[in-house]
Amino acid sequence: MPVRGVVTPGSGTLSRIRTREGSRLRDVGVLERVGFVLLLLLLSTSLAAPLFVLDPVISVAPAFQAPSPEHWLGTDDVGQDVFSRVMFGLRTSWLSAVAVIASAIVIGGATGLVAGARGGWVDALLMRLTDAFLALPGPVLAIAVAAALGASLRNTLIGIAVVWWPWYARLVRGEVRALAARPHVDAARLSGVSPMRLMFRHLLPGALPPIIVAASLDVQILVLTLAGLSFLGLGAPPPSPELGAMAARGADYLFASPWIPLAPGCAVFILAVAANLAGDGIRDLFDRG
Amino acid sequence: MSEQTSTSPKSNGTAPLLEVRDLVKHFPVKSSGVIRRTIGQVQAVDGVTFNVYKGRSLGLVGESGCGKTSVGRVITRLYDPTSGSMKFEGNEIATLSSKAMLPYRREIQLIFQDPYSSLNPRHTVGSIISTPMQVHKTVPKNKMVARVQELLEVVGLNPEHYNRYPSEFSGGQRQRIGIARSLALNPKLIVADEPVSALDVSIQAQVVNLLQDLQKEFDIAFLFIAHDLAIVRHFCPEIAVMYLGKIVEIGDRDQIYLTPHHPYTQALLSAAPDVKQAAVGGRRERIRLEGDVPSPINPPSGCRFRTRCWKAQDICAAEEPPLLEVGGRQVACHFAEPLQVIAPEALTFMAPSDGVENETVSTSGSTAL
Repeated sequence: MPVRGVVTPGSGTLSRIRTREGSRLRDVGVLERVGFVLLLLLLSTSLAAPLFVLDPVISVAPAFQAPSPEHWLGTDDVGQDVFSRVMFGLRTSWLSAVAVIASAIVIGGATGLVAGARGGWVDALLMRLTDAFLALPGPVLAIAVAAALGASLRNTLIGIAVVWWPWYARLVRGEVRALAARPHVDAARLSGVSPMRLMFRHLLPGALPPIIVAASLDVQILVLTLAGLSFLGLGAPPPSPELGAMAARGADYLFASPWIPLAPGCAVFILAVAANLAGDGIRDLFDRG
Repeated sequence: MSEQTSTSPKSNGTAPLLEVRDLVKHFPVKSSGVIRRTIGQVQAVDGVTFNVYKGRSLGLVGESGCGKTSVGRVITRLYDPTSGSMKFEGNEIATLSSKAMLPYRREIQLIFQDPYSSLNPRHTVGSIISTPMQVHKTVPKNKMVARVQELLEVVGLNPEHYNRYPSEFSGGQRQRIGIARSLALNPKLIVADEPVSALDVSIQAQVVNLLQDLQKEFDIAFLFIAHDLAIVRHFCPEIAVMYLGKIVEIGDRDQIYLTPHHPYTQALLSAAPDVKQAAVGGRRERIRLEGDVPSPINPPSGCRFRTRCWKAQDICAAEEPPLLEVGGRQVACHFAEPLQVIAPEALTFMAPSDGVENETVSTSGSTAL
């Protein structure tokens, strides 16, 4: 490998060549790196939470205990350990966001890929369908789904997922259409490549970077949206450890025992900020321009 | 142009590799709005007839927008023709489904104009070149790398570079990769759509020489689409001149260049800048055409060139001139007559002599890399 130091500042091409895909690790700022590390830390600890924290749904101590070495974030109104509940809440928040994004990528990605690759009436039909779903207001639909099917985390996620995928469909469709017009895709067609292979080997890979960028920025929005819905009572019924519901239930004790509502609130805040910074960093890494 | 044109004087009695008859490609123009009605047709190619013979090159020249690229894309079936016939080795390919077209994809390949956008930036050179061979299963998997390396060597690139990405190569090298890809299936016909116009002049010579060597070695026929008249003259023994979707003159290169009969050919040749002629102080009457190229959505009646032609009479508007044999070539003009507009040595491609030429090709890969 040639020495990196040879590259004069401002001539970005060489460094881009070395990292193949145009990813520029050096362009990622300090704050974004911190966010990324923080996010990884939060995720790994919360995922591993069941191994080292107390059961979040049983009373383990007297109620309203202030933070102490035994209970780092104190205990709540029924004597549950707040730290344990926050860790489980973070886990739920993150996994829910990932579940919604994953479903949006699969449904939206497939719709956009087919629409963009086929064009014509298939494209028109799928995109009008997408527009119809795009017109639905997300939180309202989530409330409606919860009202119809009962309040539970799963139903809330279904409600959110229904309005989330169209964004990915539009994104993928746009990228695929732009790619499909490029001569190297014509070259693939000339080789006699089958439509399936064309889609998955020649079109989809080009649409991946914008999907990754959109997904990484979406984590933060979803964490906040889901926490908000949970705050309103549209989530798993108590005593499930959900950050929004915990904050809502603890709001009564804001002055007497501030750790009860503030701990989950701060956890949402930190997770959202970390996800946002990490998303920014990923965008810097993948976005052209 | 509906009447059957006679076979080219250069046919030597052999059947043509590709026989194109009255080829038409119209693109519908849709209105905007919800109900997209067709409100017109861009007549990009409007009745084009020519033959391409085995191992020979036909040059297709004309200004931007005359439909020459569309011709190439229809022949490779990237576009479906609106009407007309294309026979490859006697078999009709104009109406084949994409599945039935598959065997012919091996025989007809395309070299793209832009060496940057025509290579997938996410695939390695090896993957780009081997894709056609994988699809057609012409090379067993365990021999694929060897075959890719062989092709890279043929086009003058370092065979060890099959694992690199297109972004690591220069424009000329990328065009060589594109050429290697088009050679992968041993095609009999390559449509070269402005293969060198995106390259530097110094690289142009290398690539043109490479194409010529490959033609000799593998006996490939070329449909060479270009607007550079000197390169076409250098590369193609036979040349067709297109204007607004039609061929106006087709014949032997010396006949076309030295005694052009169609006013458009004459104007085109006289407009081409030529260093050699300027260097010897050769003064040249430049034919200046009035006005713009008419819209291909609504082309003029009769002869399409009449709106800019200094010879135009009433008959030109009333009657479309057929492509007829005049003075050893075919020309579509009511008033066809020879007019020499360039000196015999003008518009020749400054290619190195044979010995140097080969050296250029064989060493360029290693020196440039």
